[in-house]
Amino acid sequence: MELLSFGDTGWGDELFFATLMTIAVSIAAMAIGFVFALIFTPLKLSKNKTLNVIGNCYTTIIRGVPELLVIYLLFFGGTGAVMYVASIFGYDGYIEINAFITGALAIGIISGAYSTEVFRGAILSIDKGQFEASQVLGIKKSIQFYKVILPQMLRLSIPNLSNVWQITLKDTSLISVTGLVEIMRQSYIAAGSTRDPLFFYSVAAVLYLVLTFLSMKIINKLESRFNKGY
Amino acid sequence: MDINLMISIFPSLLNGTAITLKLLISSMFFGLLIGLFFAILRINNNPLINKFAYGYSYFFRGTPLLVQLYLIYYGLANIEFLRNSFLWVVIREPYWCAIIAFSLNTGAYTSEILRSAFQTIKEGYIEAAQSLGVTKKITFYKIQIPIAIKQSLPAYGNEIILMLKGTSLASVITIMDLMGEARKVNVLTFKPFEAFITAGIIYLFLTFIIHNIVKYLEKKYGFQT
Repeated sequence: MELLSFGDTGWGDELFFATLMTIAVSIAAMAIGFVFALIFTPLKLSKNKTLNVIGNCYTTIIRGVPELLVIYLLFFGGTGAVMYVASIFGYDGYIEINAFITGALAIGIISGAYSTEVFRGAILSIDKGQFEASQVLGIKKSIQFYKVILPQMLRLSIPNLSNVWQITLKDTSLISVTGLVEIMRQSYIAAGSTRDPLFFYSVAAVLYLVLTFLSMKIINKLESRFNKGY
Repeated sequence: MDINLMISIFPSLLNGTAITLKLLISSMFFGLLIGLFFAILRINNNPLINKFAYGYSYFFRGTPLLVQLYLIYYGLANIEFLRNSFLWVVIREPYWCAIIAFSLNTGAYTSEILRSAFQTIKEGYIEAAQSLGVTKKITFYKIQIPIAIKQSLPAYGNEIILMLKGTSLASVITIMDLMGEARKVNVLTFKPFEAFITAGIIYLFLTFIIHNIVKYLEKKYGFQT
């Protein structure tokens, strides 16, 4: 147990901050995913063939390749791409992109693909009458989306978004391969320096279980709150 | 993008694909057995057995696959008792560790899929079997299990694709699967785009094939209500 104490001798504080890092990356990735989803959901639902294909390509490709591949591509490829752009502007030094940003972006792209599917399903399940009623009232298309469709879409997608959140939370463990110190990386370091991998990976498993358990509780609260009127 | 490089690394990536497929097939096989076993425990009325099966699926669905893989690969080797037993032959090999971790993981998801399938079987089928005097055991093996498997085909297809993506984690414990080969190419040539995009195309192709096989099976054996 002294291995988990706070301070210089134990790994308690390191693991605590690593947990906060995992939460931070997950929230950042989820937010980035929402941005992607809000861009690609209209594309997937659009009647224009080209836009449709773009939307479908995004979700199909991202959901069809391993998460690790996206992370590696961004982590190794991202540095090269940024350095290439910098060299056009006359800077030839080595640039390292922050591991947090690449990690959150990579996981965000992945969770965005899942969120897109969730949003698409939610919009399709909104009653047709809602669209027609707002049209009859002469509401503009853009306002119709923001004031009528979006609020209902968000309510309908909470249960499925909670699944996406769980997937995102677990996917952040993969960022550890790029060196960002979150739960997995910290346990790896601790296990290496104390030669007690069984203990530290068990602690990591428990931390993830606590995170998923707590987030389920919070999401259930949210769900019952948003479903009050129904 | 260097198309020539992409073509030249293709054969070595195909070697990795063979290992990926081997990992996938063996873990899906063991996973299905484990999943069926725990699904049967889940529909048991005894609260203790029920809780145990629920705990199993909760643990494996609530923690990342990477943690499970590390726990089995690095963690189990730490137990003196296991190292001295005959099991050491199995758990010292990264390949077997990967299969154990993947099977347990997919087993947890499969048990949930099958459980919901068991619970949604119409009462009428079981009642009909009962009224015909079919024993409980035969009802279970000949009626409930086949219907449950048919009903869970679509969800199980998704699980196979998720597991295909999951096998890429084997590369972090030194297995040279498709992902491992792609990483090697990246390290040797410093061409991440070529290496990972070629691997991505192969993964997409595999996903596409699995998707279509499941679709075909669904059409052929799918359960029409």
